[in-house]
Amino acid sequence: MAKPTDQELDISVAGMLRFGVTLSALVVLAGGLLFLWHPWSAIPDYSHFRAGDSSLRTISGIVRGAVRLSPRSIIQLGMILLIATPVARVAFCVVGFARQRSRLYVLISLTVLIILLFSLVNSVL
Amino acid sequence: MTVIAFTSQIFLLSILAGMLGALTGLGGGVVIIPVLTLLFGVDIRYAMGASLVSVIATSSGAAVAYVREGLSNIRIGMFLEIATTLGAIFGAFLTARVSTHGIAIVFGVVLLYSAFTSFARKSDPVPGAAPDRLASKLELAGTYAGPNGLTPYCAERVPLGFGVMFGAGTLSGLLGIGSGAVKVLAMDQAMRLPFKVSTTTSNFMIGVTAAASAGIYLEHGYIDPGIAMPVMLGVLAGSLIGTHLLVRAHVATLKVIFAMVIAALGFEMIYNGISKRI
Repeated sequence: MAKPTDQELDISVAGMLRFGVTLSALVVLAGGLLFLWHPWSAIPDYSHFRAGDSSLRTISGIVRGAVRLSPRSIIQLGMILLIATPVARVAFCVVGFARQRSRLYVLISLTVLIILLFSLVNSVL
Repeated sequence: MTVIAFTSQIFLLSILAGMLGALTGLGGGVVIIPVLTLLFGVDIRYAMGASLVSVIATSSGAAVAYVREGLSNIRIGMFLEIATTLGAIFGAFLTARVSTHGIAIVFGVVLLYSAFTSFARKSDPVPGAAPDRLASKLELAGTYAGPNGLTPYCAERVPLGFGVMFGAGTLSGLLGIGSGAVKVLAMDQAMRLPFKVSTTTSNFMIGVTAAASAGIYLEHGYIDPGIAMPVMLGVLAGSLIGTHLLVRAHVATLKVIFAMVIAALGFEMIYNGISKRI
């Protein structure tokens, strides 16, 4: 396969970003519509911060809730997909730079990917 | 308030914030956080969480439009993302340890700075005499279609730019914003890159930077589904409308009005922070 130019790499990456954003927006929308199923109920008190339900703050808890079709979990699942989109973009660039045989930039994009994964593994996983 | 009233009001305001953010290039986050905290009395941490996810959505959604212009530099962006992601993690770490008053004050200062930059003139910097050795080693160069045809450029003062980028990342993680204004500062003032290259590359970096602190925000409970859902969908829709309008609209007047609104919100945030109302 021919080595892709930076411009070609840019275009394929941008297409992937659009896909990720569209998918996550649809999931958030679906969760949002279910969330509004009882439109006349009162909103919780948002003026004082509480960390809230731990099942809405980790990937495993969110996935379990989404499987049960809990509206708030489905919204959070969309948020997880959204957060994963730029991470996937960096992973995509690692592959793209490898195909360009650019060792320096494989190393640089790999560093960024490791920082992102480190942050995610130490928080939501 | 009922769920439907709260959600629809926030959704409509987020559309407006997204539109203004796209038209002025400042992003939706700087508007939606003060609107949620000052108008709706929402705790600033929920506002920051909702803003951060909408920042990822708009940055990623706009990437296609920017790439078509062929101005962003994927290598410079990727190299500087090492600095912004590390900064973002540091900022998110600080957020849980700084009082909300402190956050409100820092936020106000960033708003004033953003308002100021939208007035500042945007001419391309004059390149220095000697080519930068570190920049050529890291391949931080490129060409762009300028007024006089294809113009080559090369980054300068790389360590300074890297340092400012770490600061931009820290602000992004601390406040839940894209901090595009500081990223542009790092590239066009510190590294003397052409302005157009700086802005488009900055937009490309914003999503990755925000993703570095988003996991920490989610784990801390800052991303509440009831608020983040209407904000993310609204800002995304608004920014798409804004980008389309941008092609036709005469934005100079709008920009001045918006900068004044941003400055007013900045003073309001600082005042509320100092008087410990936020």
